[in-house]
Amino acid sequence: MIDVTPRPAASPRIRRVLAHARLELTMLIRNGEQLLLTVVLPVGLLLVLTLTEIIDVGGATRVERLGLVVPSMFALAVLSTSFTALAIQTGFERRYGVLRRIGTTPLSRFDILSGKAIAVLAIEAAQVIALGVLGFALGWRPDPIGLLLVVPLVLLGSATLASLALLLAGVVRAEATLAVANLAYLVLASAGVVVPVAKAPSNVQPILDLLPSAALAESLRIATITGGVDWSLIAVLVMWGIVGSAAVGRWFRWD
Amino acid sequence: MSEPPLTPVDRPALVVAGLVKRYGDRAVVDSLDLVADRGAVTAVLGPNGAGKTTTLEICEGLRSADAGTVQVLGRAPHDQALRSRVGVMLQEGGVYGSVTPREALRHAASLYRQAHPVADLIETLGLGEVATVPTRRLSGGQRQRLGVALAIVGRPELVFLDEPSAGLDPQSRRAVWDLINALRAAGVAVVLTTHYLEEAEQLADHVVIVDHGRTIASGRPQDLVATAASSVLRFTTEPGLDVTMLQERLPAVSTVAETTPGTYLVTTARLADAITQVTSWCADNGVSPTSINSEQRTLEDVFLDLTGEELRS
Repeated sequence: MIDVTPRPAASPRIRRVLAHARLELTMLIRNGEQLLLTVVLPVGLLLVLTLTEIIDVGGATRVERLGLVVPSMFALAVLSTSFTALAIQTGFERRYGVLRRIGTTPLSRFDILSGKAIAVLAIEAAQVIALGVLGFALGWRPDPIGLLLVVPLVLLGSATLASLALLLAGVVRAEATLAVANLAYLVLASAGVVVPVAKAPSNVQPILDLLPSAALAESLRIATITGGVDWSLIAVLVMWGIVGSAAVGRWFRWD
Repeated sequence: MSEPPLTPVDRPALVVAGLVKRYGDRAVVDSLDLVADRGAVTAVLGPNGAGKTTTLEICEGLRSADAGTVQVLGRAPHDQALRSRVGVMLQEGGVYGSVTPREALRHAASLYRQAHPVADLIETLGLGEVATVPTRRLSGGQRQRLGVALAIVGRPELVFLDEPSAGLDPQSRRAVWDLINALRAAGVAVVLTTHYLEEAEQLADHVVIVDHGRTIASGRPQDLVATAASSVLRFTTEPGLDVTMLQERLPAVSTVAETTPGTYLVTTARLADAITQVTSWCADNGVSPTSINSEQRTLEDVFLDLTGEELRS
């Protein structure tokens, strides 16, 4: 029999957060359907949309098309991970009672959210690097300053979409989260993410600009093509983030 | 290396007094009392829906109480300082379906400074064959044992186990019981819920019987069993007899009371002596009983009497 003499002590916060990030990452990577959304779809679309002209994304040449499609795929990657994958995983964590159980351990809510953030950002970093490298190989030539802007834009977009994911997962049942998160992915991806807002009918363009996913995609396209920032789109992202975070704080149910 | 105790070790690890929890108009826990000492196993025994799990969840900081006081190691239940000191096993397990027992235990172990080696826990709880199998493919009993392992991985000083034996085969139950006995011997306070009388009798130092959210009996199991196994003698005669005189003539550990006018209830561990004494006392006092009957009782009967319900077997 093992020695069960009490020796209680929590490990340092950094160790707890990294341990949780590792577990969240394991779960995210193990989910086969989500890998389809996070890896296969963005890479496949990047190839199809730049090498063929099946869908008009704008741009007369392959290089012009690449300039539009690569940042679009960055946004799609963030949407798949920060929104859909995070929502589904968190929804099932609630359903399995995972959040209830770890709520009784030294892992605080701050630790849990930090661990999730690290896991999500690790996947997104891999996605963006893979898509960027593929883009460069195909001849993508982004604005150098705009390329640096990708990092803060991905962080902002990721935080905003993650708050909406947690709101969904923390309020409705896991099965409903699964359905809504996948449906919302399809709707949002086709509403100003995969194809630039300018290609949409002119009467819906003002609405698309108000969607967080489209605002992120437009911001990434503007940044990597011109090196500039459209502050009205940043304001849209920040507003959704504030509303989403406040709603999570108010309505998220841990059990 | 471990943190110093929050309270002196001679104080109870858990004190619950007058606990109330309502859902809407319905009180699920209704003025419940519970005390658990260190180095002891306290069993909360009761039928399904008695309020056992809700009581534990309040003590674990997962739910808030509507009234009453709960002191866990001298602190309020939601105090973050308790999280490293209190180990919890929930009924539903709380492990993600795609995660294996080894991964779940590694994750839990890394939250504590001096956690048990994961391999030792896997061996102790007989999880070796399924250590790398996704939790969703484990049997109910294997999940139960994983839940016990997760509760103790951080070397806690107080452990809450919600139905640790439910669904276990006899061999697994033995392993869990051995571990609980080791925890007690090491000075850990163990609080468990059960609806197995056998488990409460064999494992617990202190049994608290709850029903409809109230504590209806508590004490050492042998005392409860002594009371419970005692026989009952019921006789009817004229009302208003001075039963204190009769009480003195009865064998030790007997009680007598007039339950309704003219009906007297004697409980005793020695039925034959009691019958002799009751009849002779009646004769001495010129009282003639109109009926005398007796019954041998079991712990099951007492439980049934106390709660009005059968225990789920």
